[in-house]
Amino acid sequence: MLEPITISIESLNITSLLPMAITVFGALMIICIDLMTKTLSRSFYTILTVLIILLSLSSVIGYAGENRGFFDVVLVDGISLMTQMIILITSALFVPLSLGGKRFQEFAMAEFYALFLFMITGFQFMVASDNLILIFIGLETASLALYTLIAMHNRKKAHEAAIKYFTMGALAAGFFVMSALIFYTLTGSVEIYQIADGLAQRNFEPLVAILAGTVFMIAALGFKLSIVPFHTWTPDVYEGSSSALAGYMSVVPKIAGFVVAMRLFEMLIGSGVIWLEYILYGAVVLTMSMGNILALVQEDVKRMLAFSSIAHAGFVFSAILIGTTESNAGLFLYWILFMFTNLGAFTMLWAMRHRKNLWDNRYQHPFTKFSGMVKVMPTSAVIMGIFMFALAGMPPFSVFWGKLYLMSAAVNSGFIILAIVMAINSAIAVYYYMKLIVYMFLKEPVTEDNHIYSTNNSTILKVIIGFAVLVTTISVVMVEPILEIITNYIISSGF
Amino acid sequence: MDHILSLIIFFPLVAGVFGFLVNKDSIRVYGITVAALEFSLTIALWLGFDNNIDGFQFVEHAVLISHFGMSYHLGVDGISLFLVILSTFMTLIALIGLSIKKDAKNLIITVLYLEMTMVGVFLSLDVILFYLFWEFSLVPMLYIIGAWGSERRIYAAIKFFLYTFAGSVLMLVGILYMGYIYHATTGIWSFSIPDWQLLVLPFNLQLWLFGAFFLAFAIKVPMFPFHTWLPYAHGQAPTIGSVILAAVLLKMGTYGMVRFLLPLFPDATIYFLMPIAVMAIIMVIYAAMVAYAQEDMKQVIAYSSISHMGIIILGTFAINAEGITGSIFLMISHGIVSGALFMLVGCIYDRRHTKMMSEFGGLAISMPTFATIYGIMLMASVGLPLTIGFVGEFLSLMGFYKVSWIMTLFAGTGIILGAVYMLTLYKKSFFGEITNEKNRGLKDLNGRELTALIPLVALVIILGVYPKPILDPIDASVKKMIVLMQKKALTHEAKEFIVRVNTIKGGE
Repeated sequence: MLEPITISIESLNITSLLPMAITVFGALMIICIDLMTKTLSRSFYTILTVLIILLSLSSVIGYAGENRGFFDVVLVDGISLMTQMIILITSALFVPLSLGGKRFQEFAMAEFYALFLFMITGFQFMVASDNLILIFIGLETASLALYTLIAMHNRKKAHEAAIKYFTMGALAAGFFVMSALIFYTLTGSVEIYQIADGLAQRNFEPLVAILAGTVFMIAALGFKLSIVPFHTWTPDVYEGSSSALAGYMSVVPKIAGFVVAMRLFEMLIGSGVIWLEYILYGAVVLTMSMGNILALVQEDVKRMLAFSSIAHAGFVFSAILIGTTESNAGLFLYWILFMFTNLGAFTMLWAMRHRKNLWDNRYQHPFTKFSGMVKVMPTSAVIMGIFMFALAGMPPFSVFWGKLYLMSAAVNSGFIILAIVMAINSAIAVYYYMKLIVYMFLKEPVTEDNHIYSTNNSTILKVIIGFAVLVTTISVVMVEPILEIITNYIISSGF
Repeated sequence: MDHILSLIIFFPLVAGVFGFLVNKDSIRVYGITVAALEFSLTIALWLGFDNNIDGFQFVEHAVLISHFGMSYHLGVDGISLFLVILSTFMTLIALIGLSIKKDAKNLIITVLYLEMTMVGVFLSLDVILFYLFWEFSLVPMLYIIGAWGSERRIYAAIKFFLYTFAGSVLMLVGILYMGYIYHATTGIWSFSIPDWQLLVLPFNLQLWLFGAFFLAFAIKVPMFPFHTWLPYAHGQAPTIGSVILAAVLLKMGTYGMVRFLLPLFPDATIYFLMPIAVMAIIMVIYAAMVAYAQEDMKQVIAYSSISHMGIIILGTFAINAEGITGSIFLMISHGIVSGALFMLVGCIYDRRHTKMMSEFGGLAISMPTFATIYGIMLMASVGLPLTIGFVGEFLSLMGFYKVSWIMTLFAGTGIILGAVYMLTLYKKSFFGEITNEKNRGLKDLNGRELTALIPLVALVIILGVYPKPILDPIDASVKKMIVLMQKKALTHEAKEFIVRVNTIKGGE
C-alpha cells in the first residue's frame, strides 16, 4: 500500500512553466484554427506567431517567482531567463521573414508555425532545467520540429539536409542518453547539481567513467553546437535549408546548447580534473581553427557563413573552458551581438534568393553573384559589407565587442596562449569575409539588372535588416547596458 | 572650444554621411569644402593650443563601458597636434589634386571617412578607442586601393589589409593584457594612456608587451623585413591613395612607437634599442639601394619612403629630446614631401599613362613649372639645408649620434644614397634632349594641380628656413615624456642610458 502523497499547488510553482505553456497553447491554437478554415493567409499566421512569442517573452521578463518549480525539475535562474529572452527575441525576428516577396510552400502551411512554436518550447525547456531527462526531452522536441521545418522547404537539397541532420541528431541523442546513464550510475541522480555533489563525494573516482560520461556529453552537445569534429553536417544542412532558417539555426539551437554545456561542463571543470580541461581546450582550438580554415576555401557565401558560424561557436565555446563570471558574460554578450549580425547577413541572402541558380549549377549564392554589387545596388552592398566586417570582428561593429570581452576574459584568467590563438583566428577570419567585400566593392558587375538581387525582398524584410544594421553599427553604446543586465543575471545564478 | 576634438573627429563622418545626398556633379567641390572646413578646425585647435603646457590639452572624457574601463577619452599634446594638422592638410591637398572622375562620389566620401579615422588615431587617449580607429582606417584604404587602383589592385589591397590586420590583432592581445595588469596592480579597470603611462611594469613583462605592440607598429611603418606590402600598395594605388598612405597612414606606426613603446616600456625600449636601430639602418640603406634599381618612378618614391621612415625610427629610438623631436618633425616633413612627390607622379601619369622613367627624358623642356616644383620637392626629400627635409633629418641623426656615432655614420650614407637615386631619377626623366616624341608638347601643370602643389612648396621652404613654431610645442611634450621615462625606468642600465644620451658633453 503506497502512502498518499500530498502536494500543495503552491509548491509546484506553476508560473515557472508559464512561458512554455504559452507557446504550446499557441501552437495548439494554430492547429485548431487551421482545422476550421483553410483560407487564412500566411501573414495571419506570421503575426499570430509573433504575438504568441511576445506574450511568452513578457511572461519571461515579468517572472518573479522561485528558482525551482514543478518537483524541482524546472530551474528558472538568471541564465535560464536570459537565454529564453534571447531565444524568443530571435524567434520574433525570424518569423516575419516568411513574408518575403516570393511565396514559398512552407510558409503557406499552418503546420510550419505550429512546429516552430513547439520548437521554441523545446528550447525553453532545455535551458530552464538542470535535469538531464527534461533537457533531453526539450532537446528532442526542438530537434524533431526543426528537422521537419528544414524538410518543409521542399527542395531536393532540403530533404537531403533534413535527413542528414536527423541521422546526426539521432546519433547525438544516443550519446546524450549514454552520458546521462553513466552519470546516473555514478551518482544515482540526473540532476546536474546532485551529480556534482555525488561526484565530489566519490572523490571523482573512477576517473575513466567520468571521462567517458564527459566525452559522450561533449559529442552529444558537440553535434548541436557544431564543435569539430562533429561539425560535418553543418554546411550541408545550412545549404539545404532556406537562408532565413539557416541564420536562425546558427543562433538559437546553439545558445540553448551552450547553456546546457555551461551548466554541465563548468561543474566538471570546477572539479579540477585536468583532463577535462585538455579535452575542452583541444575542442575549442580545433573548432575555431578548422572552421576558419575550411571557410577560406568555400565558393558559396552561404557555405562560407556556415563554416564561419562553426568558427564563431568555437570562439564562444572557449568561454566555457575559461569558466569565470566574466567569460560567461562574454559568451552571452558575444552571442547577442552575433545574433543580430548573423541573422542580418542571412536575411540579406534570403532577400536575394532567386528561383533559379543563375550563376552556378550547384550554388545559389556563389561569390561571383556579388561581383560589383556596389555599382548595381549600393545600399545593399554597403549593408552586406557592414555585416561582413562586423562578423570579421572589425571595430567598432558588434561582434568586435564580444571578441574583445572574451579575449579579455581569457587574458584575465591566464589563458594567454588561448587569447593569442583567438587573435590569430580573427586574422584568418578576416580573409574570407573580405573575399565577399572584395567581390562586392572591387570587381566589375556581372549584371546591370538590380532586380535579380531583390526578388524576395519586401518591406518587412527591409525593416528587419535595417534593425539588424542599426544594432550592428551602434553596438558601442549598447555594450554597457547589455553587460550590466547579463552580469546581474549570471551572478544571480551563481556562475 | 570645449569639444573641438570631438568636432574634428566626427565632422568628416557626418559630412560623409550627408555627402550621399549631394549630386555627383558637385561632389568634388563638396569634398574640398568639407576638407577645408576640417582643416580650419585644426588650425583653430593650433591657435587655441597653449605652448607652455606640456601635457594633454582639450581633454574630453566620458565613460563608455564602465565594466571594462573603456572610455571616450580624447586629448592633444605637442606630439599629436601637428600630425592631426598634417592629416587634415594633406587630405585637403589630395582632394584638390584629385583627377579621378569615375565614381568620384564614392571616392570622396571614402576619403572623408579615412580622414576621420586618421584624426581619431592621433587624438584618442583611450587605447581601445585608439585601436578602433587604427583598425577602421584599413577599410577605406582597402576600398581606395582596390577600387581605383591599377591592374593588380585587388591583390595589393588584400595584401595591405591582411598584413596590417594580422599585425594589429596581436597588439589587441597586448592591450588586453596590459589592461589586466593595470587592473591587477591598481584595482581599477582603465585603458587610458595617461593612466597607463604611470604604471611601472616588471622588466620581463615589458619585453613581451613591447613585442606585441612593436609588431603592429613595425608592420604599419613598415619596417624591414615587414615592408613588402608597401611598394605593392603604392604601385597599385591611385594618386590620392598613395598621397594619404605615404603622408599620414605610415606615420600612425611611428606615432604609435612614440606614444606607446617609449613611455610605457622604457626598459624594454632600451633593451631592444640596438636590434631595432640595426633594423632601421638596414632599412635606410637597403631601401635606398632598391630605390636606385627601380625603373618605375612611383616605386622609387615608395622605396625612398621606406628609407626615410628608417631615419624617423632611428630618431625616435635615440631617446633624447633632439632625436624624438626631430623624428616627429621628420614625420611631418616627410608627409608633406612624399605626398607632394606622389602627387607629381600622378600629374605626369595623367598625361602619359606611364610611370616608367625610360619613357621620359627632357621633360624640363616641355614642362618647366612641373620640373621646377619636382626639383624643389626632390631637394627637400634628399634633405638639402633650408628645406623642410633637412631639419628633421639633421635633428634625428644628431640625436642618434649620442647613442652611437658609427651607426649614425651608416645611416648618413643612406642620405647620400638617397641623393644618388633621386638625382638619377631627375636626370633620366627631366634633363637631356627629348628622346621620346610623345613627351613633346605635354601641357604644363594646370590650375588645379598648381593650387594643390604651391602650398606644399611654400611650406617646404618656410618651415625649412624657420621651423621653430612647430619644434617648440613638440619639444615641450617630448621633454616631459623623457623625464617620465627616466623616472619609470627600473634597470640601472636604462636609467644611465637615458641620462647619458640627454647630456651635452660640449664642455669636456
